[in-house]
Amino acid sequence: METKVTRRKFLQITSATFAGAAILASSNRVVENAIAAAEKKNGVVKIPSYCSICFWKCGLIGYVKDGKLWKLEGNPLDPLSKGRLCPRGNGGVGQHYDPDRLKAPLVRISSRGEDSWNVTTWDEALSYSAKRLMEIKEKYGPQSIAVFSHGPGGVFLKHTMRAFGVKNFTAPSFAQCRGPREVAFELTYGELVGSPERTDIKNSKCFALIGSHLGENMHNTQVQEFAEAIERGATIIVVDPRFSIAASKAKYYLPIKPGTDTALLLAWINVLIQENLYDKEFVENYTFGFEPLREYIKPFTPEWAFAETGIQPDLIRETIRELARYKPASFVHPGRHVNWYGNDVQRLRAVAIVNALLGNWNRKGAFYKPVKMDIPKYPYPPYPEADYEVVYNPNSKYPFAGEDEGLTQGVRSATITGEPYPIKAWVVYGTNLIQTMPNPAETIEAIKKLDFLLVIDVIPNEIAMWADVVLPESIYLERFDELNISPFRIPFVGIRQPVVPPPHDQKDGWWIARELAVKLGLEKYYPWMHIEEYLKYRVEAAGLSYEQFKKDGVILGNEQPIYVEDGLKLEFPFTPSQKVELYSTQLAEKGFSPLPTYERPPEPPPGYFRLLFGRVPVHTFSMTQSNRILMDMVDENEVWVNSDVAETLVLKNGEYVYLKNQDGILSNKVKVRVTQRIRPDCVFMYHGFGHTSKNLKRAYLKGASDSELISRYDIDPIMGGTGMNNNFVTFVRE
Amino acid sequence: MNELVITRHNEMIDPHLSIWGWEIPVYLFLGGLVAGMMIISGYFILTGRTKNTLCSCFRIPVIGIVAISLGMFALFLDLEHKLYVWNLYINFKWQSPMSWGAWILIFIYPILILGILIRIPDEIGQRFPKLLDLSNKLRNKQQFVKLLGALSMIFGGLLGAYTAVLLSAFSARPAWNSPMLWTLFLASGLSSAAALVHLIGKDPAERHMLAKADNGFLIAELIIIILMIIGFVSSSKVHIDAARLILSGPFTAVFWVFVVFIGIIIPFIIQILSVNNKIPHTNVAPILVMIGGLILRFIVVYAGQYSHWSRNVFTGY
Amino acid sequence: MARYAMVIDTTKCVGCMDCVVACKTENNVPEGFNRDWIAYETIGKFPILHMEIRSERCNHCDNPPCVYTCPTGASHISEIGGIVLVDYDKCIGCKACIAACPYDARFIHPDGYATKCTFCEHRVVEGLDPACVATCPTHCMYFGDLEDPNSEVSKLLQSRKYHVLQPETGTKPQIFYLI
Ligand SMILES: Nc1nc2c(c(=O)[nH]1)N[C@H]1C(S)=C(S)[C@@H](COP(=O)(O)OP(=O)(O)OC[C@H]3O[C@@H](n4cnc5c(=O)[nH]c(N)nc54)[C@H](O)[C@@H]3O)O[C@H]1N2
Ligand SMILES: Nc1nc2c(c(=O)[nH]1)N[C@H]1C(S)=C(S)[C@@H](COP(=O)(O)OP(=O)(O)OC[C@H]3O[C@@H](n4cnc5c(=O)[nH]c(N)nc54)[C@H](O)[C@@H]3O)O[C@H]1N2
Ligand code: SF4
Ligand code: SF4
Ligand code: SF4
Ligand code: SF4
Ligand code: SF4
Ligand SMILES: [Mo]
Repeated sequence: METKVTRRKFLQITSATFAGAAILASSNRVVENAIAAAEKKNGVVKIPSYCSICFWKCGLIGYVKDGKLWKLEGNPLDPLSKGRLCPRGNGGVGQHYDPDRLKAPLVRISSRGEDSWNVTTWDEALSYSAKRLMEIKEKYGPQSIAVFSHGPGGVFLKHTMRAFGVKNFTAPSFAQCRGPREVAFELTYGELVGSPERTDIKNSKCFALIGSHLGENMHNTQVQEFAEAIERGATIIVVDPRFSIAASKAKYYLPIKPGTDTALLLAWINVLIQENLYDKEFVENYTFGFEPLREYIKPFTPEWAFAETGIQPDLIRETIRELARYKPASFVHPGRHVNWYGNDVQRLRAVAIVNALLGNWNRKGAFYKPVKMDIPKYPYPPYPEADYEVVYNPNSKYPFAGEDEGLTQGVRSATITGEPYPIKAWVVYGTNLIQTMPNPAETIEAIKKLDFLLVIDVIPNEIAMWADVVLPESIYLERFDELNISPFRIPFVGIRQPVVPPPHDQKDGWWIARELAVKLGLEKYYPWMHIEEYLKYRVEAAGLSYEQFKKDGVILGNEQPIYVEDGLKLEFPFTPSQKVELYSTQLAEKGFSPLPTYERPPEPPPGYFRLLFGRVPVHTFSMTQSNRILMDMVDENEVWVNSDVAETLVLKNGEYVYLKNQDGILSNKVKVRVTQRIRPDCVFMYHGFGHTSKNLKRAYLKGASDSELISRYDIDPIMGGTGMNNNFVTFVRE
Repeated sequence: MNELVITRHNEMIDPHLSIWGWEIPVYLFLGGLVAGMMIISGYFILTGRTKNTLCSCFRIPVIGIVAISLGMFALFLDLEHKLYVWNLYINFKWQSPMSWGAWILIFIYPILILGILIRIPDEIGQRFPKLLDLSNKLRNKQQFVKLLGALSMIFGGLLGAYTAVLLSAFSARPAWNSPMLWTLFLASGLSSAAALVHLIGKDPAERHMLAKADNGFLIAELIIIILMIIGFVSSSKVHIDAARLILSGPFTAVFWVFVVFIGIIIPFIIQILSVNNKIPHTNVAPILVMIGGLILRFIVVYAGQYSHWSRNVFTGY
Repeated sequence: MARYAMVIDTTKCVGCMDCVVACKTENNVPEGFNRDWIAYETIGKFPILHMEIRSERCNHCDNPPCVYTCPTGASHISEIGGIVLVDYDKCIGCKACIAACPYDARFIHPDGYATKCTFCEHRVVEGLDPACVATCPTHCMYFGDLEDPNSEVSKLLQSRKYHVLQPETGTKPQIFYLI
């Protein structure tokens, strides 16, 4: 990073608060206290916390040897990790030691997008940011500020911004990730799937994964349970155009033509009904709209689906019969990253319906009812009224768009067009929008229109390099943070506390949020000085011991019934019909098909292949590629090409090529992996590579970015998700 | 089709072994050369030619000492933990060819030194009369001279074979794992040594004889190469793949052009002609032989590191 | 005397490399190197494929060519359950052991000596499983004593089908892959 160490005094901003210094001191002391409190053996100190390399939030134990971070292990008390972290979780050590980390606050000197910065103090950076935000609020109103925040660390920042009058909050977790499934399940059952997914893989006798590539998707508990299912000999059905790791464990592998899953699901429904395999009692007592469904589904035979999906009718029949045989301990997994083709709610509605016909809601081996620890909120003063419409969904264009997570691309287009009203500042916490949102060119166009871009991150990722002010946060192993109160099989609460102090001038998210609030004149929203007061308040208000909590890292609540088998009563109070809506009255009301519709996906132009993408077990999105430990496993992505295609195109395994998409966008060079493990009509890449930030020294231009090639996205009319799977690429040689 | 994807990418190990660079082939070549020279010089000593030729008794061991020292230095350069090298000489590991080698090299020095002592050139003798005395005394002990000749041949043979056994003992590397390799290296060492002696020899008769001997060694080498290839291709899949390295792989061109054609066939033809007095003796042939010998060591060392039990060099899987 | 071995269930392994990451942090394996790694072996033609996924490392062979070839005795079979180890202070870095190992299990540490998987001997003597075994999210790895007929590893080898890597090389590997 080009930094001018001689600090130019162009930031003429007042109020160097002493509160900041005082809190800094106490924050360091807390680290020592935590270390002193922990059990000591052979110079090794063990401190429990929870992981943040992804959003699963596994409980961990940090090992500190002679004051230095040594390793991480799962916390055996934690129900999510059960004493074992995933590879990324173990590799968290590399995030602490990453030499490329952001080390001190940076304020831009030159124009946006260029790499030239003033290294500054926290006081200056925060005062400057507060001043800019206040100016913008003054001029354009609080609605002109949008916050993008992903992950639990953003809680405090969002609190500050809410107090500031901001209402435009978004996260990629809805429109780029789980939105369609949550909407589809809410429409059908009146309840979310939620995270961690409420799927009971652990006890299941048979389940189908539609694209969910467990084993590459390393959401820890799910992978652990997946292995248990394999060991128990559960029937696993995997539907994927690529022979994924999960597919290699499956009894049935359905090599589906991409984008045609709804056809398969409709055929499954057809067989369930035609062959009378569905759960009649459940359908009778708990569902709404079976008759219209029965009529509707008639034409969607396995033979019909074969023409769409390429899956043999026999295989379609056999797999759904297998699911039916084991009902209710069988299910179709709703997936997680499900924004695929822009008509995804309809697909996920079909998933919800198959499950309903299996009568598996709140049943052992299918969907359990998640329970949550009851921890009171901190009593903050009420937020100011913000009586304006959110910017990302004008006139409720997408009637079922998420409220908390919003539509990221809606903020982006409003920023570009100024409609429904102008957006002048973005505050970005923990999301690398350049790689996260489809069509990065558009994101950059929007950024160029902004008056102010504030980024809080831990590494100089692409988004930070576009910022006006970059605030370096301490990583999760170096700070206190919000509690982990995840819905799960058993209520529990987990703590995040510092295992080691931050190595440079990085600060904790809560501290940044609080300081910013102070500078924005919102001090009254922070009755607590140090986050430990906040945590202690909440934990003790729940009747728990804070000291024990810090020592154990996790407190478990009492077991509660989570299945009908345990005596749980089945009820669906949150749908209009108070039943499971096979026929969705809500969709009908808004002018959408109340029964799931199949749309044939566009075909690739001749010579082009559909671009698919997904996870590699050792990386998380675009945030771990500079982690030196994880780089030692995988340091670039490859493009998977079917062997026969490779032979025709004379592509050699290991050679570098460029990919060009349908809009003429050229990727960085990327290695070819010639493999039998993918259909001939598509190619596949791991997401998150091809970094263009030079400051990620070893990740810079390693591999290709899928995001860059995703210049086309199809928006789901029901909930506003961005389907990213309709992009096509061809090979270009050097 | 079989796909094998391995996530390991350790330096010097992946995508194929590259632990040994130029140092080891140079060391093996010099070792082989010295071995050949010791056998030749031992033969001369044994057959009592010490009287009329300086070359075999003085110059050969002198060059031998220099060459073997250079070789050992190359080996030393290759060690990654140099400061610990003394560990080599506080142990003898009878199962380890490298341990054998280390100790053989130690015994070779006194033999070479004695080989020098038994015929000190006059110029040096005049300056160091005591040395001359010793030299004369030793030379007159028939039994001793015979023993020295025999020892020289034996240790030369051991050294030559060792340079190959060092590699062929690695059953993990199919391209090295041939029972013929030691004969190949011995023949090549002898041909290179004969070529060198030929090059530095003054006596036309001796040169004539060496050229003839050299041709014999070259023929032997060629036959051994053919036998080795037959041995490989009639063995397991991995050995067939190993043979493919020099039959239709990355080493094919260098091997056939430099080792076989330039290193064996051309010098053989030249020497046939000169032995039969069709053309005068030239230095071209022996130089080519030595170049061929050196390149042979490079190819063998590299091909062995390429060959593998589980990973196919040809498909990348 | 104990004979330590590892049994790995390839039907459960998802090839996530967690074992590799855990080894790196536990043993401070230098940047750029791995003591263990994953092999994905796929047979067949799309879509009829079979894939075996294996977590591989030094096999702690019963007949270890790396030990035999070592000129200094640095590579040796340890008293502790037959674990094959390197005494770094005896190693001269000649790399013979690396060439001798058909599994490419060894490498030269940046400090100059040969190194490889130690079966986490430092943990084993404390009664812990090796780090890779202890972290594996699919619980597909088992570590134990083959001399003890009641150990989990012994029982698994009695009840399940398995194979070892390149038995043709005669090394007698002590890592067994359940199929
Ligand atoms: N290691 C690791 N694990 C992670 C994450 C991570 O970053 N790294 N992120 C986590 C998060 S937030 C999410 S949302 C999940 C996402 O992970 P998942 O929800 O499991 O998977 P997707 O990203 O939806 O889909 C990727 C798979 O879908 C297949 N696919 C592509 N197109 C189609 C299609 O049209 N039909 C079908 N049937 N299959 C298709 C691809 O071949 C690939 O195998 O992973 C989670 N787990
Ligand atoms: N092309 C493409 N786009 C996708 C996906 C895809 O598969 N392909 N997947 C989609 C899905 S499912 C999801 S969930 C989203 C995920 O999208 P994001 O959540 O944006 O994921 P990342 O790209 O990893 O960006 C996370 C950023 O947070 C930073 N960060 C990490 N830890 C901390 C911290 O402790 N504090 C702060 N302040 N910052 C931190 C990282 O350095 C990084 O810059 O992406 C979506 N977008
Ligand atoms: S799944 Fe892995 S990365 Fe995600 S929280 Fe758990 S251990 Fe961390
Ligand atoms: S950690 Fe376990 S599941 Fe993952 S690759 Fe290693 S052995 Fe396989
Ligand atoms: S696997 Fe290799 S290094 Fe390990 S004992 Fe066997 S031969 Fe030696
Ligand atoms: S490198 Fe070290 S351990 Fe390996 S053979 Fe040489 S001396 Fe022995
Ligand atoms: S046993 Fe220990 S040293 Fe060996 S691979 Fe596993 S973690 Fe690494
Ligand atoms: Mo996601």
